[in-house]
Amino acid sequence: MLKTTPFHERTAALCVSHAWRRWAGYVVASSYELSHEREYHVIRTAAALFDVSPLYKYLVRGRDAARLLDLVVPRNVLKAEIGQVLYTPWCDHAGKVIDDGTVARLREDTFRMTSAEPNLRWLEDNAIGMDVEITDVSESIAALSLQGPMAGSILQSLGAPTLKYFRLAAARLRDTPVEISRTGYTGDLGFEIWMDKKSALPVWDALMEAGRGYGIMPAGMLALDIARIEAGLMLLDVDYVPARKVLIDSQLSSPYELDLGWTVNLGKERFIGRDALAAEKARGPQWQFVGIELDWNSLERLYAEVGLATRLPGAAWRMSVPIYSGGEQVGYATSGGWSPLLKKYIALAHLRAPWFAVDTPLEMEITVEHRRKRAAARVVKKPFFDPPRKKA
Amino acid sequence: MKAYDVIIVGGGHNGLACAAYLARAGRKVLVLERRERVGGAAWSEEVFPGFRFSVFSYVVSLLRPEIIRELELPRHGLQILPLESTVTPLANGDYLAQWSDHDQNRRELARHSPRDAEAYDEFGLLLHRMARAVKPLLSTAPPNPTSLDPRELFDLLRLGRYFRRLPEKDLNALWKLLTMSAADYLDEWFESEALKGTKSASGIIGTLLGPRSPGTAYVLLHHYMGELDGVFRAWGFAKGGNGSVSAAIAAAAQSHGADIRTQASVSKILVSGERAIGVVLDGGEELRAPIVVSGADPRRTFLGLVGEAHLPNDFVAAIQRYKFRGSSGKVNLALSELPRFTCMPEPGPHLRGAISISPSVDYLERAYDDAKYGEISRRPYMDIVIPSMLDPSMAPPGKHVMSIFVQYAPYHVNGGWSDAKREQFGDTVVNTLAEYAPNLKGAILHRQVITPADIERIVGLSEGNIFQGELTLQQMFFLRPAPAWSRYRTPIHGLYQCGSGTHPGGGVMGASGRNAAMAILGVRA
Repeated sequence: MLKTTPFHERTAALCVSHAWRRWAGYVVASSYELSHEREYHVIRTAAALFDVSPLYKYLVRGRDAARLLDLVVPRNVLKAEIGQVLYTPWCDHAGKVIDDGTVARLREDTFRMTSAEPNLRWLEDNAIGMDVEITDVSESIAALSLQGPMAGSILQSLGAPTLKYFRLAAARLRDTPVEISRTGYTGDLGFEIWMDKKSALPVWDALMEAGRGYGIMPAGMLALDIARIEAGLMLLDVDYVPARKVLIDSQLSSPYELDLGWTVNLGKERFIGRDALAAEKARGPQWQFVGIELDWNSLERLYAEVGLATRLPGAAWRMSVPIYSGGEQVGYATSGGWSPLLKKYIALAHLRAPWFAVDTPLEMEITVEHRRKRAAARVVKKPFFDPPRKKA
Repeated sequence: MKAYDVIIVGGGHNGLACAAYLARAGRKVLVLERRERVGGAAWSEEVFPGFRFSVFSYVVSLLRPEIIRELELPRHGLQILPLESTVTPLANGDYLAQWSDHDQNRRELARHSPRDAEAYDEFGLLLHRMARAVKPLLSTAPPNPTSLDPRELFDLLRLGRYFRRLPEKDLNALWKLLTMSAADYLDEWFESEALKGTKSASGIIGTLLGPRSPGTAYVLLHHYMGELDGVFRAWGFAKGGNGSVSAAIAAAAQSHGADIRTQASVSKILVSGERAIGVVLDGGEELRAPIVVSGADPRRTFLGLVGEAHLPNDFVAAIQRYKFRGSSGKVNLALSELPRFTCMPEPGPHLRGAISISPSVDYLERAYDDAKYGEISRRPYMDIVIPSMLDPSMAPPGKHVMSIFVQYAPYHVNGGWSDAKREQFGDTVVNTLAEYAPNLKGAILHRQVITPADIERIVGLSEGNIFQGELTLQQMFFLRPAPAWSRYRTPIHGLYQCGSGTHPGGGVMGASGRNAAMAILGVRA
């Protein structure tokens, strides 16, 4: 049987669509309402509440906690301030990405790492000889994500402190101790709330009550998927194959190829994959993970040719779609869809050098009335949507 | 009388597959089977009224997808049902399950060891890659590395190039798999005893070796080869039992014009000069054909049907040295009700998969210790399936059949096999299993016990070895069954082998039969 999250009692009652999906062995709502559309708009106009408890979470404690994480991830963990959160991928010894997530410094010698896949064994194996204790808190820590322009006001109405972007602090929400980080997966103003699973329902209730005046709504994974594509955020297993699951070498990706070069701190003396990454940086990556925008006129023309009005995907898609330049395939998109906010058809794509430069004209395959066509597209800067409120 | 191009001795699944391919290529083929029906060890029978059993082999293991496709076996009646989980009951009333659903499996393994749950995926991926590396070997005749025959050199070169393309880490892993024991190899990955015990069991099946014997790691790979062909369900349960596999292949052979004669026991392969010219049946009847193919094992074929006098002495010596050492038996039970395992007493999905009595590597190694010195394991390894859970036609409504594969039951048991010894073996199995499922004894309506001596007597497999010779590295690939004679040919012109005693060996694969047919047809498989 699949697991249910500590919020299941609440989410199940609200999930009138009965649309559930799996996430890391748990069931979570795809959408609560019959359509995910309103849930999406709540992310961009009010505040959407997501149950993100299925994330893998590890508590890393001890004198060498910072040293271990600094060894495992390419970002500089030693320099992280208390209360700082780092988004980072991490690599195998060949510099290929095995996972991505966050590292939060809770105290001087205490960190919480989140990930998409289990990493206990990887952390333990790299901690040999270190004074560090690694605890899998995936099940004991429940997590909510409150995303949208009203998210901050809701939390402050409950007495939470204001937080800078990618900062974390302990707080009490109606007497329940939680940790709040200003993080999320929507590219909007947003927060994640971490709590002991026993506190899950009181925290959910507190947020829903306090949020009522601000238009809060629970939202599911379908809405989140559109928002994260607009934010240009990649998803493991969808946009890249983690190195541990790779069957052939061409499926591997480095941080540079995923547009995460900014996370690789080659100034650090030592971290896993450093030598390989230094060499790759010197060579220049052969692939890049970019944003693609389809040309409306081209789309419209393809549909008009068969006598149809332009059809657009109602939900985000996740599959491999060929991308061409001239007659040649130069890459593939892995996620895409219609942005209801930007009114643009956007996609995330892997492109070969030199086609990944911004404004490069391309074509993306699209099936129009059973026939494969190619719609004009071009490379654009990620994120597609980047409101000032995200970091303000 | 009809003239045949090819006579095939033995209607086991490989002989039938060979016949089907040859008939499909237009050859006039006659299959001679000693028993009243074809099937060999892939044999279903209503042993007790209303209760059907896969009497000997009991799962479809690695049946080659190309055979399923090319012989159109589904059209000829083959239906393979999923047999996906393995549950290992433990002495403390708990269990370890391996489920086919990834999330469910990860969660179950994490209950025993979170590290194992993570390692499991990586282990699976590595073995998947290894299996992909080794798999091309299964469908080809193994080249002889000492040969100067340009064809073999070409094959060797092709194989060499293939292995050179493997990444270094995969080559290193392959070397380890070829040299290590299953227990040592699994120790590098896992910490849970039940998981290591259950996984290592696949390394010992059909051999008189224990999980700590070097070379047993390689056999772990075979299970993952089955997974590569996942959509074909190369690993599963044949509706109607394993006899359905033989029946489907026989039907395919007949549809291509092959003749099958049952109750036709071959006593001798006729050799004139250095050529096979036909066979003699028990009654003295002679049948002639320019090509004779033996599906019998190497000992029976060469030392029995051909005779040492017709063979080079070094070849005879190699065949005499070729090891059988049957080590397994079967107990087939007709049950009035389902077993209630202490660890999972209610009926559930665990009864639709395998139940493995393999709580630890130590348990298996102790079972082996008994066998090493000629005793039946006091607490044997058992692989149990309840076919009536998958195919209700196997038993009367509400009743069940249980198939218990047991190891070790050494062929060379101290004092020799007798009726009393057989019953003692059956009692040991039932008593051991009843420790995990206390209602078992009261549920038994009928019991059929099969020892290695019975397998030899009934099916004709020397020393009751289920693979026509142990699947150990010193008699695999280009050494199976004898150096320089691994490519289905023999020192006698016109005489070929197509049984599991040839590369790639046992399991209900059909690969030997198909490869032999390709060798006869001069087709590079």
